[in-house]
Parts: sequence; C-alpha cells; structure tokens
Amino acid sequence: MRATLLPHGRWRPAEVVFWLVPVAAFFVFPDRLVLGSQVLITALFALSLDLILGYAGIVSLGHAAFFGLGAYTAGLLAVHGWGEPLSALVAAAAVAGLGGFLASFLVVRGTDLTRLMVTLGIGLMLYEAANRAAFLTGGVDGLSGITLEPLLGLWRFDIRGRVAYVYALVVAFLLFVAMRRLVRSPFGLQLVGIRENAARMPAIGVDVASRLRAIFTLSAALAGIAGALLAQTTQFVGLDTLGFQRSADLLIMLVLGGTGRLYGGLVGAAVFMIAQSYLSGLNPVYWQFWLGIMLVAIVLFARGGILGGIGRLRAALKGRA
Amino acid sequence: MIGNLAGVLFDGIAYGSLLFLIGIGLGVTLGLMNFINLAHGAFAMLGGYVCAVTMARLGVPFLATLPLAFLVAALAGWVLERTLYRRLYRASPLDQVLFSIGLVLVSMAAATYFFGSSQQPVNLPGYLRGQVRVLGMDLGVYRLFLVALVVVLASILTYLLERTRFGARVRASVDNAVAAAGLGIPVNRVFAITFALGSGLAGLGGALGIDVLGLDPSFPLKYMVYFLLVVAVGGAGTIKGSIVAALILGIFDVAGKYYVPEAGAFIIYALMVVLLVLFPRGLYGRRA
Amino acid sequence: MTATLRTQGLGKRFGDFRAVTDVSLGFAPGARHALIGPNGAGKTTFINLLTGALAPSQGEVFLGDERITSLPQHRRVKRGIARTFQVNQLFPGLTVLDSVMIAILEREGRGGAWHRGVASESSATDEAMALLASLQLADDAAAATRSLPYGKQRLVEIALALATKPSILLLDEPAAGIPSAESGQLFEVIAALPRDVTIVFIEHDMDLVFRFAERITVLVGGKVLTEGTPTEVAADARVREVYLGEGEHA
Repeated sequence: MRATLLPHGRWRPAEVVFWLVPVAAFFVFPDRLVLGSQVLITALFALSLDLILGYAGIVSLGHAAFFGLGAYTAGLLAVHGWGEPLSALVAAAAVAGLGGFLASFLVVRGTDLTRLMVTLGIGLMLYEAANRAAFLTGGVDGLSGITLEPLLGLWRFDIRGRVAYVYALVVAFLLFVAMRRLVRSPFGLQLVGIRENAARMPAIGVDVASRLRAIFTLSAALAGIAGALLAQTTQFVGLDTLGFQRSADLLIMLVLGGTGRLYGGLVGAAVFMIAQSYLSGLNPVYWQFWLGIMLVAIVLFARGGILGGIGRLRAALKGRA
Repeated sequence: MIGNLAGVLFDGIAYGSLLFLIGIGLGVTLGLMNFINLAHGAFAMLGGYVCAVTMARLGVPFLATLPLAFLVAALAGWVLERTLYRRLYRASPLDQVLFSIGLVLVSMAAATYFFGSSQQPVNLPGYLRGQVRVLGMDLGVYRLFLVALVVVLASILTYLLERTRFGARVRASVDNAVAAAGLGIPVNRVFAITFALGSGLAGLGGALGIDVLGLDPSFPLKYMVYFLLVVAVGGAGTIKGSIVAALILGIFDVAGKYYVPEAGAFIIYALMVVLLVLFPRGLYGRRA
Repeated sequence: MTATLRTQGLGKRFGDFRAVTDVSLGFAPGARHALIGPNGAGKTTFINLLTGALAPSQGEVFLGDERITSLPQHRRVKRGIARTFQVNQLFPGLTVLDSVMIAILEREGRGGAWHRGVASESSATDEAMALLASLQLADDAAAATRSLPYGKQRLVEIALALATKPSILLLDEPAAGIPSAESGQLFEVIAALPRDVTIVFIEHDMDLVFRFAERITVLVGGKVLTEGTPTEVAADARVREVYLGEGEHA
C-alpha cells in the first residue's frame, strides 16, 4: 500500500490546466505580455523562497539579495559585451548560488530571530554595497543599456515582449518541473522532516546543517536566475532588485498563496502582482493600507493562504458528499 | 583628533541611548512573549507624531509632549496587545513576522494619510539648543539631555525590574511563563502591562528622537533594523544586554559614518552579522 | 560485530548544577542493561551525552577503540547508536510511513537523492511496512502522525529508532504514558530484537526492569550508586534507601 502525504508523481488535471493558463494568456492578452513576464519571473522567485521557507522552514527577510545578485550579474555581462542570454542565466545562477552557499553557513545556526536578522542583514549589506559601488552598478540610477543577442541565435527580443514572455515561461516551467521532482524526492522529504522537527533529524542520522546549506544554495541560484530574467526582459537593473521592499513583498506573496505547496508561490505572485498593478496605480497609500490589513487578516483567520483555503473548502465539500 | 574622537564617541552614546530607549520595549516583548514584533517602530513613530502634532497645532511645550507621547503609545500598545497580539503568542515566527509587517504597513499608510509623507520638523525649546562646554569639549545640549534622561530611565527600569514585586513577576514570567502562572502570577496582566510599558517607552523615544532620527511615515521600516539589531545582538529580555548592544551599535554607526562615509551603513550591518554569528543567542542571551 | 559502548569519567555541568559526575560505564555487546534512579538523577542527560546531543564538560565516550566524544549526533547514528526520546519527538504533519522512510533512506545513503521520487523507493517502502507491521502499526501507515493516539505515537517513536538498524539502542522511558497491559507488549518487541543488539533502557516501572534487564545501573544525583545483576541490585540496601526512603537519602 503506497500512502504518503506528499503528492504523488503524476500530473494532476488541475496542474495541467494551471500551466495552460499562461500559454493561453500569450494569445488572449497580447498587449499585456510585459506584465505577464513580470508575473512569471516573480513566480519563479517565489518558488525559490518556498523551498527554504515552506519546505525547510527558514524565514528569510533578505532573499532579494540573491535575486539582485543574479540581476546585476546578467546585466553587467550584457553591458560589458557578453550579450548571449542563456549563458548569462547560468552565470547568474552560479554567482547567486555562490552567494547563497556562503550565506548558508551563517543561516543554519542560531534561533529564529537571529536567522531572521542575519538574512535581513545580508540583504541590507548587499544593498548598501551596490549603492556605494555606483561605478559598477549605476547606483541609484541603475544599470541600463542592456542589449541582448537573439535567443538561441533565432529570436530577437522584441518591443512588445513576445519573445521575452515565451523565454520567461519556458525557463520558469522547466525549473518548476525540476523542483517538483525534488520536492517529491528523498531530499524533499528530509526538508519537510527538518521543518516538522529539526531536533529529531540528527537522531535518525541526518546531517541537518548540510541539507539546509544545500537547499539554501539551490534556492539562491533559482532566485538569481529569476533576477537575471528580469534584467534581460526589462533591460534594466535597479537597486530595488536588492531592496527590503522586494524581499518583504515576496514573503507576502508566498504566504498569500500558501507556503509548502509549490503552487502557492505561483498563485500568490500572480494575484499580488495583478492586484498591485491595478490598485497601486489608483492610490499607493490605499494599497499599502489594505495590504497591511490583509496580512493581519490572513495570519489571524486564513492560515495557509489561498491554497490553504481551497484545500479546506474541498475537504468540507468532500465531507458533505 | 582626540577631540574629534571624543565628540564622535559622545554622539555615538547619544544615538545609542536613543536606540536603547526605543529598543528595550522590543527586547522585553521578545524575551517575555517570544514574539518577534517588527511593528515596534510604529509605536515610536506614534509617539513622535503625538509630540510633533501637539507642539505644532496645539502649542504644547516640548517637555510636556513627552509624557503625552509615552501615554498615547502605551495606550495603543495596551489595546493592541489585548485585542490582537495576545492571539499570536503561540504562533510560528513566520506568522508573527507577517502580522507585524502588516501592522507596520497599516501604520505607515495611516501616517501618510493623516500627516503627509514629508519630514516632521520639531521646534526644540531654546534651552535645549546649542552647545555647552564640558571638559574642554563642545557637546550638544540636546544630546546631553538625551543621555541624561535615558540614564535616569534605565535606572528606574532596572530598579523596577530588580527591586519591585512587579519586576519579580516579569522576571519570573520571562524565565518560565507556565511555572509563573502555576505560582499564581497573573501572567496575562504582566504581559499586557509590560507590552504597554515597552510601547510607551518606544513612543517616548520616538518623540525624543525627532531631532536625531527624523520623523516621517517610513520611520518604522527605516529604523526597524536598528531596534531588532539591539535586541538580537544584546540578547532578548535583558536590560544590560540591550544597553551594551545599543551603545556598541550607536558608537560604531556614528563612527563609521564619520570616518568611513563611503561605507555608509554597510559597517553596521556587517558588524551585526558578525556579532550574530559569534553569539547566536545575543551577547547576553539566555540559554533556551 | 557490535562494539562496546563505554564512557570514562563522563561529566556534565550546567552552570553550577552538576547533572552528571564521573560516570564510567561500559555496555557489553548484546547487553540488556537498565538504567534506573530517582527523577533528576541525570539519566536522560547521560543518554544525551552518549548520543552526542550534549557535549560533556569532562570525560570521554568510546565506541570500541574509537573515541567518539566529539563526533556529532548524526555520525554516531551512522556508527549504529540510536535512541528514543522520553517525550515523543515525531513529525506531526508527516505520515507514519513517511517518517520511517526518512530514517531508512538516510541509512541507505539515499537521503539526499533529489531526482527520484520517494514513491519509487520500493525496497525501502517494503522494509518500512515490515517494520511497522512488527509494531502493529501497519494499518496506520498512511495516517498523519499527529492524528494517532498517544500509545501509537510512542510506538512510532520506537519505530524511528529501529529504522536506523542500530547495533546499540538507547531507550528513554519507552513505556512512559502507556498502560501496563500494552507496555509489556512493547517490551516483547524490544526483547525480540537480535541478540547482538545492545539495549540500554531507562525505566521507572520496576516490573519491566526486573523482567527484561540482565544488568542494572543505579544513578543517583548524577553519580553511579551501584551496578550489578538484578538480584544484586535488589538486595542492595542503599538502593532500597533511595527508593523507599529508609534512613537518609541524597
């Protein structure tokens, strides 16, 4: 009898439908593709945070550090003459992954608060460093003049963002599939074990620190790829890619959608960004206010975010049937 | 050169005193309720606005606004603790972080709505301005006032915590809330009063700090790191730890910005990371 | 061939409080060794020192000829030392099967594999189910750990330790909180383990101790009071003092 609380390997119909939506959006909303790319990139970024937060249980307030590292890597490569997009992605993943690896040694120790502070501190440090190194990063003005060679030599990035959208979608999807595998693997199971009871794990032979370092590094690399995609699709990198606002927004998105479910980050990112693009334009103060209220409400009444609510709804309906 | 060093040191001490005043409430909250309250700066901001608004629109003299700031912030703390915070003491750190970020956003939006997004000016009374010559150095009168006030308050707090029955109850509840409740200590009331006290002190600090730290709706976020720093580095729940951490951070921040301006705030964040790595439970942290 | 686990002058202080002082004990391969003593005697602390959950203030721990005092917990598990906790340390949100799988996969060296699904690990799953069946937990394999009654959770606690295929098993009050009818059954399972597995258990239930132990060590105030066969210990007047309060006791 095979029984596990981890989802099984086969793709459920809802998942297939989920991934058909962005494909359909390409045809149905041809003039919103720029926003669409942003949503996909942010969804990938949220996915990377879910790995350490939803699965391993590390609360990080500085994940934008790795996003920014990837963005600046890709941006700087392009600005200095290396315009090939895919290899820049790999470079961004490597740089961000290295950053994550180094940071991971600091993050695996200490209490929840110290870990929170360390991740926050790392994010702030990187922001300050990028700010001061304006000769490299463009400082407050940002890094512009990013021009890219055609993707795979065939597709030139166009003004309407069509190539960028497909690029972002394919990269995000492929990485998602890989992470979906990982989450169902023995390694993924160990991460959940660490989250559920970190003290028990060494007593059954697991080197917790080593696992956390591994997932933190991987998560940083993914965030770096997302950042690189942003740099390449918007052809601009600003300091805000490293900023606290970005880290905080990401945390909110992930919790909104529901942590530890892989799709939660994607759903949360989509809802947040689409809502933000409409509401924040009206009045940023209102957006800030209602976002705050929503957060308080989620924590008090709706743990598990959107997907958690859907899960409870389904359970309630099943109970009735 | 030495004169400069002493001046920098003094400024750092003044800055650190302010950080301590605002941060001590956060430290006690964390040590007592194990609650990561990122919204603590919002109470400081509230106190700051009470001071600025009553001075500017109602003509209340500066020194009189200080107890007002304390009371309003303490009241706000009391109300929020009883209605909202209390429900989340057993929640996960993530939930606490999110909740307090939510409160921060609400407070920032409210501040922008009511007071606009620009810096609030404060008109210090004449006797608190200027400089005075002490031991051959020119020290700012206001900063002297700050340090003196914080020293007095810290002494009162220490006395309160170590010599009074209330303090004994707080210390017992910090150490072991369940056992304390078992001894008949009204832990809920201790929590509420302590939270209100900490928020009130933050409000007072916010009012006092307008001249040094500035005041605008982004205050809670801008300085959140610093307050958390004081608590995380000093170790939650200890006055001595918070004082030492606040002074270290205050001095290093001022010195860093003075001697190595290109590095800016980088030094303080790097120092924090180093200290936290070396002392994961804070300089004076309790063993769990 | 199971090695001998022994300590030499092991001690642990928490500030001024000496939890364990100068304990030198040896557990021969295949031993059925009980550790008894009043509450607060340092028994659990001693187990924590043996497993590496705590670092000693002085003394050494040896496994055979190897000095393992500085070896981290998870490495000691790989050397064959496993333990259960006095208060259940389980994975509330995971199923019983998944919990046991973590231990088995880690033991097999596949704990870090990220590309295959857990669902395809059939040999590990079979082993897990067999282990659960031996503890009468087979029907609960798909249940979330948090949904089980306490008695079954206690069995899961033991299953986790057994899943690491230990050569030395340290049990901290395995029958705590279980009615005496079921605890006897639990100890039958433990007694049925292969003869070359060393079993050290802390227990307060003297019936169980005298039924299953072949050697008993009495710990009082962090120090070894006496050690010997059950008959010897039962006859020792000092032990009677400690437990029944005849005369003064520490």
